[in-house]
Formats: sequence, C-alpha cells, structure tokens
Amino acid sequence: MISDLVIDTRGLRKEFGPKVAVADLTLDVRAGEVFGFLGPNGAGKTTSVKMLLGLTAPTAGTAALLGRPLGDRPARAKIGYLPEHFRFHEWLRADEFLNLHGELYGMDRVARGAAVPRLLELVGLADRAATKLGAFSKGMLQRIGLAQALLNDPALVFLDEPTSGLDPIGRRLVRDIIDDLRQRGMAVFLNSHFLSEVEKTCDRVAFIRGGRILQISSLKEFEEEALQVVVRVGQPTPELLAGLERFGRNVALQPGDGRISLTLADETQLPALAHWVVQNGHSLYELTPTHLSLEDRFLQVVGEELDE
Amino acid sequence: MAVFVIARLTFREAQRRRLLWVALFMGAAFLLVFGIAFHFIQRDIESQLNQPEQLAFVSILLLTAGLYAVNMLVNVVAVLVSVTTISGEVESHTIDAIVTKPIPRWQVVIGKWLGYAVLVLLYLAFLVGGLMLIVYLRSGFYMNNIGRGVLMMALAALLVLTVSIAGGTRLSTIANGVMTFMLFGLAFLGGLVEQVGALIRNTAAVNVGIVSSLIMPADALWKKAVAYFQPTTISNPFELGPFAAITEPSTLMVVYAVVYLVALLLFALRSFSRRDL
Repeated sequence: MISDLVIDTRGLRKEFGPKVAVADLTLDVRAGEVFGFLGPNGAGKTTSVKMLLGLTAPTAGTAALLGRPLGDRPARAKIGYLPEHFRFHEWLRADEFLNLHGELYGMDRVARGAAVPRLLELVGLADRAATKLGAFSKGMLQRIGLAQALLNDPALVFLDEPTSGLDPIGRRLVRDIIDDLRQRGMAVFLNSHFLSEVEKTCDRVAFIRGGRILQISSLKEFEEEALQVVVRVGQPTPELLAGLERFGRNVALQPGDGRISLTLADETQLPALAHWVVQNGHSLYELTPTHLSLEDRFLQVVGEELDE
Repeated sequence: MAVFVIARLTFREAQRRRLLWVALFMGAAFLLVFGIAFHFIQRDIESQLNQPEQLAFVSILLLTAGLYAVNMLVNVVAVLVSVTTISGEVESHTIDAIVTKPIPRWQVVIGKWLGYAVLVLLYLAFLVGGLMLIVYLRSGFYMNNIGRGVLMMALAALLVLTVSIAGGTRLSTIANGVMTFMLFGLAFLGGLVEQVGALIRNTAAVNVGIVSSLIMPADALWKKAVAYFQPTTISNPFELGPFAAITEPSTLMVVYAVVYLVALLLFALRSFSRRDL
C-alpha cells in the first residue's frame, strides 16, 4: 500500500554547536491536508522547515517527503516553497522571475508559457507581468513569491508566513488559494503568526516550543471539545450558581455585569441547561456558547510550558 | 541544465545592474587615455630614434605597461563582481528559493562561476584588443607572441575569480573581500621581493617570492605573460618594475596554477553543497 503521508518525520534534531534548535520533530502530514505549524519566536519553526527542505542538514533523525528521503531531487520537483524572508532578484521582471524559477523546476518552454500567465492571474498580478520586482510592494512580492511556489503544480507546498505583508484582501486571496490547493488534493505546510488565519485555513495544527512539539490537534477536535458558555439572568442567586455546577465546571459570576461563565463538557448540554434555568423561575436574557479561539489555545499550550 | 540557467542569470544581472555598461564605458575611457599617451610618447620617440627594432622595442614596452594596467583592472573587476554573489545571496536568503529547486547545489556554484568567467574574459579581450589596435594603428607594431601571454593573464583573472567565489561559499561578503584582496596583495608583494632577490642574487628573497607564488600564483602568471611579451634578447631598462620578468616562472608554475584553480573550484562546489543555509 502506498502511504498517503506527504511529510513523515521521526525524531528530527538540529544542534548548532551546544545549542539545540530542534530537539525532536516527529510529525506527519497527509495529502490534501493543510497543516499549521505554530510556536513563539525562536521555537525552532524556521529550522524545522529548513531541515525538511534540505537547506539545513539534521543532526539526527529521519524524515521522508512524498515518500522519499530528505533532499531527494525528484521529490523536490513536486514541492513548492515560499520562504519567509524572501528576497528575490529585484532586477528581474515578474514574468522573467517566474520563468527563471520554472526553468529551475525543469519546466520546458511550453509548460512555462502556460503556467506563468495563469499564476500571474491567480495572484492578481496579471497587469504587472512587465514590472521589475524592485518596484513591487511587500504585498506584491509576497504574491509573486506564492506564484513561484505553485509553478510546478506541487503536491506539497511550504508557506512560511505567507500573509505577513498582505492587506485583508491579500490575506483573503491567500486563503482562497490554500482552500483550492486542498480541494485539489495538495498538502500545505503553513507557518504563520496570524492565528486567526490559521484557524480559518488549517485542518490540523502543531504547537512547537523550545524545539519540541507540545501538541498536535485537529481543529475539528477543538470544536468538539469543551465549550465556554456565558449565562445572563435577571437576578443571579447563590442557588442558581450552585445548580449550574451540575452542568459544568469553572462556574463564576463575572464582577459588574452579573454574567455567569462556565465550561460545559459538550454542546448537547445546552438545551437542558436553558430548561433548568427557566424552570427554576429565572428570566434568561442570554445564553452564549463560545469555543476557545486558537489564540486562547496557543496561549494555553505554549503559555503553560512557560510557567514551568 | 541548471548550470546554464544560472550562468545566463548571472550575465543578465551584470547587464541589468548596469555593471556591464559602466565597465565598458570606463574601459573605453581607459583605452582613450592610453591612446593619447601612446600617441605623444611615440611622436617624441620617433623624433629621436629611427631604427625599426628600436621603435618596436619602445612599442613593446609601452604595450606591456598597458597590459600590466589591464591585468590589474581585470583582476580587481573579477573580485568586485563576484565577491558578493554567493555570500550576498545567502545573507539575503535569495538563494533559499533557488537551492530548494530540484537542482544540485554545485550547479549553482558552477553556473555563477561560468557566468562571471565569460564576463571577465570578454572584458579582458575587449581591453587587450583595444590596446593592440591602438598600438597597431599608431605605430604599425603587432606583437606576435601576445596570444600565450594573454592566456596567462586570462588564467590569472580566472584564478582570482575562483578564490572570490570559493571564499563566498564559506565567508561573509566583507571577510571574503578582505581575504581575496589580501591574497592578491600578498602575491604582488611576493613577486616584487622575488624580483629584487633575483637582481641582488639573494636566495632567501627569491624563495619568499616562490612561496608566495605557491600561496597565490596570480602574480607569477603575470610574470610568465611578460616573459612571452618580451623576448629575453631585449634588455629591459625597467628591470626592477613589474613590466619586466627577470625570473621567468617555469612551466611547472603554470601547471600548478591550473591545478590550484581546479582544486579550489572543487572545494567551492563541495563546501557549498554541504553548508547549512
């Protein structure tokens, strides 16, 4: 059986002299999956990506990309990469730049002739084909960089902070492109600080800190997990608070506005809770379920470790 | 093949960044100055000398002086154009999107080397051709044995280029620049010491020169070129200057320089292929 893992790493490690940049990178990414890679600055994200792309040699561990060992050339032909601190040859025109990278991918003239205009169109730079990259804004450079990463119709794309220089329209464009890639069965490895972006685009996320993966979860799991609920009634009483304890934990009366917050184990308890409140003679003004945002989780997972 | 893609890119960069045009323009200015100087010196000498072999001798000396300047210029240009090419792209991360393509890294190094080698050799040809044309048009003199000498100059320029590219695979741009120019300076000084040593018959000084030529054979190649330009039968009034080769380097030194260049280039390919970016 052919594995559908596009990234499969076991215990990848990178030391720079006495400094351990990545202690243990063990993860897998499947075809058609958008995988978010999250962590604070200096967590080892960039070093991890560099190892996967063959820019930096791992000190220990094994990894396979598209079923081939790291650095394998046929595998690299099916991988796209948008570097974070990308700086491209600014004296090239946009179309020349894409043609150059197409040539480096080994694409012939016909393939490049079809791909270059299509990608310029895709990233909204069709009318800038003849503009030199030196005259591009940061956002435009990011777009042309993304086009470059998609030239070879890759099976796996690494995007390092793809939206950092973009305005909301540009971010939306990148999100749409990522969605399209997923639908076409390609895998995306996304490195980003924009947690709200990651939340909207990723299927799974890994939290990394201090060169170690702390947790890998699917965003769907998050949704099914514990739910934060806010209850507002006319007159909160101690009996009400005590009664709510039966439904969930962390029952607390918010100072000031009389709202009560609690955490439910799952969503199906909501109707029973509403029913109980009303049955006990309270007037229910508000019952708002909210999921933990990815940012909350990020701070929870990464922050907990910081307290150690 | 990626080598040629990178070589073409390198050439195009020189063109787009106006390096090519500035170099050609300044080269033309250099030739103009040489032409004017040659014209007036020749006029002065023609009024004093009338033997054809004496006139030819003067032409040889002036042409050699011009070629010496060309040799210096081409070597310096070879360092300046190439010193940032790898280290600079590593520092700016421009190289990241290139070396992650399905090409072996050594092809990037060879491609850049090839692009700059063509550029530097064309520049050498332009300047040498210009000098010869000026001398021929003014005095009718044509240096028969110039080909081999220019070949030595070409080898020296490629040697300097290779040092600069090889250094760039490991060192920062500024460190690489310092290293390459210091090696160049060391060879120049060593060559001078050797010449003085030969003149006063001091073996130690000659040996210093030989050792420095082994560390960096660029100056020895120039001496070899001068030996081709000036047949030994002519006595040279500028014996102590760089326009003369009292101690002609052996053919072995030329072989050594070729081996040196190839070994250095192989080191550069290997070094860049293994390096963490």
